[in-house]
Amino acid sequence: MHSGKIAVIGDKDLILAFKAIGMDVFSADTQEEAEKLVRKLAKDYAIIFITEDLAQQIDQLLMKYKTKAYPAIIPIPSSQGATGYGMQGIKKDVEKAIGTDILFNKED
Amino acid sequence: MAEKLRVNPTRMELKRLKERLKMASRGHKLLKDKSDEMIRRFVGYAKEDKRLREDIEVDLANALTKFLLAKSVSDEAAIQEAVAMPGTQVSLKLDTANVMAVQVPKITVEESDSTEKYPYSFASVTAELDSSIATISELLVKMVELAEVEKTCNMLAIEIEKNRRRVNALEYVMIPQTEEAIGDITMKLDEAERSNTVRLMKVKTIIQK
Repeated sequence: MHSGKIAVIGDKDLILAFKAIGMDVFSADTQEEAEKLVRKLAKDYAIIFITEDLAQQIDQLLMKYKTKAYPAIIPIPSSQGATGYGMQGIKKDVEKAIGTDILFNKED
Repeated sequence: MAEKLRVNPTRMELKRLKERLKMASRGHKLLKDKSDEMIRRFVGYAKEDKRLREDIEVDLANALTKFLLAKSVSDEAAIQEAVAMPGTQVSLKLDTANVMAVQVPKITVEESDSTEKYPYSFASVTAELDSSIATISELLVKMVELAEVEKTCNMLAIEIEKNRRRVNALEYVMIPQTEEAIGDITMKLDEAERSNTVRLMKVKTIIQK
């Protein structure tokens, strides 16, 4: 079962910031590393935050975890700012559910 | 057009098909209502999700930039040491909520009993680090909230799609097929009845001669 812990996957520099407030951090630089980590952590952690650039690379794997309540794998921006991947996720959900995008079409 | 249903033209089969059509129409109506309600709720969650994510993306990126800045001005080892032993441990209370028969996560952050917000001595690091860590720990509750809402959105979207397929299957395959089969059987039965009547009339005239 999932414990009430939060994991963060990201590059080494970034994750220290999350470690300071008591999350468990794991560093990954490549796609393979990230995939391996997600598979391992998904069994144990309730929330996994993963930086957007890594999340984008392992998109396929993350789809697998979308149907169950736990773990929630959530992309977060890295220090370079948001790449828009996270927003894209919301947009995709809306399109899937409603057929067209009703939330975002005002802006772009 | 959907494939034609192969059925025996009997009264029993007709009765069975009529029952089935009734059931299918009722199911179709129910599923359609379910789909409407799910979409209504989903829109609420999606808006919330978007709002939270916008907030967090800005704040977190700022905090992380600050953190990197702090890291670059002080000694690498000092930072490593400063955060190596966190004074707090985040713990969450996990639960599931039921939104239109979808089991979605319900997460609350449990207050840790630690008094130390900063797990290091102020002498060894710069003020940027302090402020960035303060921001991140304030963001924590929001991030957990985002996790919950975004996951709910994900799951609802998947469920809505599944439900829509069911509705469509009923509306465009099951119901027309059954209706067609019922029509066929009725026609065959009427035909048989007519031919029976004609035969009787013929027999009657032969007898009367």
